Amino acid sequence: MTTAETAIKRRKNPASRSIGGGIVYGLLYVVLILASVLQILPLVWLFFFSLKNSQEVFELPPFALPSKPRWENYESVWSQGNISKYFFNSVWITVVSVILTILLASLVTFAMTRMRWKLRPFVLGLFMVGMMIPVHSTLIPLFNLFQKLHLTDNQANLVLSYTAFNLPITIMILLGFYYALPREVEEAAVMDGCGVNRVFFQIVLPMTASVIVTAAIINMIYNWNEFIFVNTFISSDHLKTLTVGVQNFVGQYTTNWGAVGATLMISILPILLAFLLLSNRIVEGIAAGSVKG
Amino acid sequence: MEKVMSNKWIIALYVLPSLLLIVAIIYLPIVLTGYYGLMEWDGISPMAFIGLDNYATLMRDEKFWSSVNHSFLFAVLSTVFLIVYMSVALVLSGNIRGANLFRKIYLIPMLLSSVAIAQLWLKIYHPTTGILNDLLTTFGVKETPDWLADPAIVLGALFVPILWQYAGFYILIYYAAFKSIPASLIEAARIDGASPWQIAVRIKVPLISEVIKVTIVLAVVGSLKYFDLIYVMTDGGPNGASEVMASYMYHKAFRGFEFGYGSAIGFFLLLICLVATWVIRRLTATKDTIQYS
Repeated sequence: MTTAETAIKRRKNPASRSIGGGIVYGLLYVVLILASVLQILPLVWLFFFSLKNSQEVFELPPFALPSKPRWENYESVWSQGNISKYFFNSVWITVVSVILTILLASLVTFAMTRMRWKLRPFVLGLFMVGMMIPVHSTLIPLFNLFQKLHLTDNQANLVLSYTAFNLPITIMILLGFYYALPREVEEAAVMDGCGVNRVFFQIVLPMTASVIVTAAIINMIYNWNEFIFVNTFISSDHLKTLTVGVQNFVGQYTTNWGAVGATLMISILPILLAFLLLSNRIVEGIAAGSVKG
Repeated sequence: MEKVMSNKWIIALYVLPSLLLIVAIIYLPIVLTGYYGLMEWDGISPMAFIGLDNYATLMRDEKFWSSVNHSFLFAVLSTVFLIVYMSVALVLSGNIRGANLFRKIYLIPMLLSSVAIAQLWLKIYHPTTGILNDLLTTFGVKETPDWLADPAIVLGALFVPILWQYAGFYILIYYAAFKSIPASLIEAARIDGASPWQIAVRIKVPLISEVIKVTIVLAVVGSLKYFDLIYVMTDGGPNGASEVMASYMYHKAFRGFEFGYGSAIGFFLLLICLVATWVIRRLTATKDTIQYS
């Protein structure tokens, strides 16, 4: 996608050649800016009220900062309750699921694109159809299944579910990239006596590093924000992840908006940070993951 | 090479773990959902086979049909809004300065968890202290609405954050599609005297018809299985006015302990999503796909 974008050379905008065109161009610009303001304004407002106390939230204008920003809201929220616990639960569950998904998806994609076997189209179909299954339709049986395996209220069920439901889209993102990889390198390696495992782990896997990063980010965003599985499968408070933890935590505060704001900001900061650092990758990954469906 | 790359053991080693995982977590549960749907079952005592009774009850359940209606309303609205997103993407892809920044800004809400978004919008809609009614009061509105408690407007109020969340996603997909149209095609049309409007409607939009199809499927299926935001913001209320299929299933199974009935709803949801995908694909099937890259 990005190569296509850069391939199209910037031309002088034809609309700006005439005065009428200039007005249209200006109007379009105003609309685009207005839309982006609308997209960020609620978040700016959230940030502002996370720095106020309850009195200031109600008395000051919505987009006014208090004379002294109350960073202590963040401190007190972090040290009270289980927010730090939820945060680290989210971190490890996300990291383990992402690594597992990427590894499994890479192995499958390698076998799909590089190896020869009869059932290949059928198995690929199974993975791709998996993308169309709504998670809600699997919820009751999964709950029952985990109960029978004594896996309810165990974070392993989250790792397994996230991995299974992310495999299809991850494989899809990887497929296009694998098809485009040159075969010469691995052919040479096989001639030199390399086994399949060495070809995969030492040659192909390192070559796919860039698409792995893209797929990993998409996985990370999905896992970090996942709600319904945690809400259904986990009952102990200390095992919950940030999304569900935040939901319960915020529920206790009906009046302390500063605490609510700080809690929500903590829950979205990792994603916002990832976005600031890796926005190109995120954009690329989301486009790759959706269009090819 | 041939021999090394068709080693059955290695293929099994690479594919089977993932395959077992998606069969256990995705395919087995959807089969079980259909099976449980035939049972009278509270989740604790033994199941009793009742044939299609659950489905017969479902067909007469007014609350269920109103949840289906709400889901379809969201699906239709989401699809209509695709035209808006396509127009924005069309403008952005036309060499507008800062296009890259705009589409990234639009995308930000999509990266956040539905819980954080729901909590944020709960504050925005707060009847007495929310920013929205604050604004209305300054404009002189005396009787400000209680957005989420009024059955007449709750669905509209819920749809706004959904739009806010997903706008950037669709704009991004359309933008990428428009950008991948070769400049030479557009140049040729311009030389032939086509106006920018003609180029957009007669050339650019038809050229991305495959992508349009994908986005319609995503918007419809996404709306039909919508859950998180509604669960957190209104929990289907007031009095079922914002209940959707997935939330109704959740309530029946995990609050009402009617797991058999809940499974019947889950199975219905699965069928509807698959049928919707199939119908959209059939309706929008093009005889010859355009090849230009």
